[in-house]
Amino acid sequence: MPTIVMRLCAAVLVLAGAVAAATPAAAVVELDITQGNVQPLPIAIADFQSNDGLGQKISDVVSADLKRSGLFAPIAKAAFIQKGLGPDVSPNFQDWTVINAQALVVGRVSPEADGRLRVEFRLWDTVAGQQMDGQQFYTNPDNWRRVGHIIADAIYERITGEKGYFDSRVVFVAESGDKANRVKRLAIMDQDGANVRYLTDGRDLVLTPRFSPNRQEITYMSFGNGEPRVYLLQLETGQREIVGNFPGMTFSPRFSPDGQKVIMSLQQNGNANIYAMDLRSRATTRLTATTAIDTSPSFSPDGTRIVFESDRGGRQQLYTMNGDGSNQQRISFGDGTYSTPVWSPRGDLIAFTKQTGGQFQIGVMRPDGSGERILTSGFHNEGPTWAPNGRVLMYFSDQKGAGGPQLHSIDLTGYNEQTIPTPGYASDPAWSPLLD
Amino acid sequence: MLSMVSHSNGRIAFALLAGLLIAGCASKKDGLPDSAAGLGLGGAGVGNVTPGSPQDFTVNVGDRIFFDTDSSSINAPSQQTLQRQAQWLNQNRQYAITIEGHADERGTREYNLALGARRAAATRDYLTQLGVPASRMRTISYGKERPVAVCDDISCWSQNRRAVTVLGGPSS
Repeated sequence: MPTIVMRLCAAVLVLAGAVAAATPAAAVVELDITQGNVQPLPIAIADFQSNDGLGQKISDVVSADLKRSGLFAPIAKAAFIQKGLGPDVSPNFQDWTVINAQALVVGRVSPEADGRLRVEFRLWDTVAGQQMDGQQFYTNPDNWRRVGHIIADAIYERITGEKGYFDSRVVFVAESGDKANRVKRLAIMDQDGANVRYLTDGRDLVLTPRFSPNRQEITYMSFGNGEPRVYLLQLETGQREIVGNFPGMTFSPRFSPDGQKVIMSLQQNGNANIYAMDLRSRATTRLTATTAIDTSPSFSPDGTRIVFESDRGGRQQLYTMNGDGSNQQRISFGDGTYSTPVWSPRGDLIAFTKQTGGQFQIGVMRPDGSGERILTSGFHNEGPTWAPNGRVLMYFSDQKGAGGPQLHSIDLTGYNEQTIPTPGYASDPAWSPLLD
Repeated sequence: MLSMVSHSNGRIAFALLAGLLIAGCASKKDGLPDSAAGLGLGGAGVGNVTPGSPQDFTVNVGDRIFFDTDSSSINAPSQQTLQRQAQWLNQNRQYAITIEGHADERGTREYNLALGARRAAATRDYLTQLGVPASRMRTISYGKERPVAVCDDISCWSQNRRAVTVLGGPSS
């Protein structure tokens, strides 16, 4: 299969002359996103200059990313006073403050002699009259959307002080056909739903994919040869293999943060226990030993702890243990059942599915079980996955009736819920780390 | 005038995830036996069915049992069905047997895979107690992936919480 290799060359654009030499005013554009409910920052994103419309398409990607984050409110372009502004000149800041734009993004797309695109942008603090950021990138024209995501990440990081999450992908299960006999295919897309590619052809039932930390492999569960097993798929070559040689159904696979291990559940008779398999030595280690269902494990980002669900106490609850299986302790104690825990990439929270009162909810709690918060509740919300910056969750949501699931995202405030567009029904999303 | 100084630093090459179709690897259709041929709840006799045939098993014996929510206990009606199944299976020893465990949609995916496996194992163990050799039986769980009844109320979900005894063709 063809491999598309993309090179992005980033360089900081340094502005010399009048603006940079002026006495630096204190930057006033900053967004404190540590508070519960954030007022979105009004930002003007001008169409990037180009001679073929691509500039506008890239700035539209930037604008859509920032808007969906819930932290930015892009201003309608019809309100702009200073039109056609490019990256080479200093803006007339009054024209922007008067329409309440606290930040301004301008840019330009130009073709290089070697066929690549050069994409430049500048981020201005309109109130202080200062440049906050300026970069340029060289890339294959096919990757124009990715450049938009990278620019949106740069703006997000510069203004919020936290890493962005837009230059990332999602692996998920694309569903089609009758509910009683769904066809399920592994698929990958950009985090905003663009560029969907299918990884399997639908002949085998496939479930619960997860990215490896370097994003080159997917581990998932498949009913491939009639026996449900955990598989490993090399994305570049398409090669796939069964993980381990276990005497029963294996399911619920996850990578360790160093990518060296896959942890999963092994079903034997009525019991499911969690095992770790070292991918190089093939050595397996049993981590839990109960007569219960222990499944849905998730490593802490430092690899020292694992959160998982177990019904050893009668119903599904969340437990944590050390990476070697020692020190197992229950952390969830609320009403209802708790399942599918996922440890935040920041380490500070665990997200989960909770069933209570006939509703399926997505919530978060601290790793010690305190501070439980429900972010969204509905007929069937299941399977949260964290954005790389630990501020947004994606999950799938199903309605009553013969329809099918769709992907949604919600941020930690619980106020900003979005639907992720997919070509058909979709479930089991898993977010990649940031690309680089 | 503003002058622009730029210095390009090569960024790390990134191997894009190419869309991969794994062609020619899997050969089976989807590995799912077709077990939805009739609900076979009761044991009421129906004519025009060849005794000892899979149809006879499904229609006259009842090929499936049902479970309470989040339970793998074999309840009283299920015990009666399994007694009929065991009697029939012990009279028709040419069939290999696959027991499929299923869960309803009101649970999370991975737990339901394990719950379906638990139900299949409980069914197999009960049939073993009634004299069906364990060596004739294999189990598989489909979790909530293969509902027979598609709707959104309790009556539906209860039909999906099931274990189905599938005759896997004549054993050699």
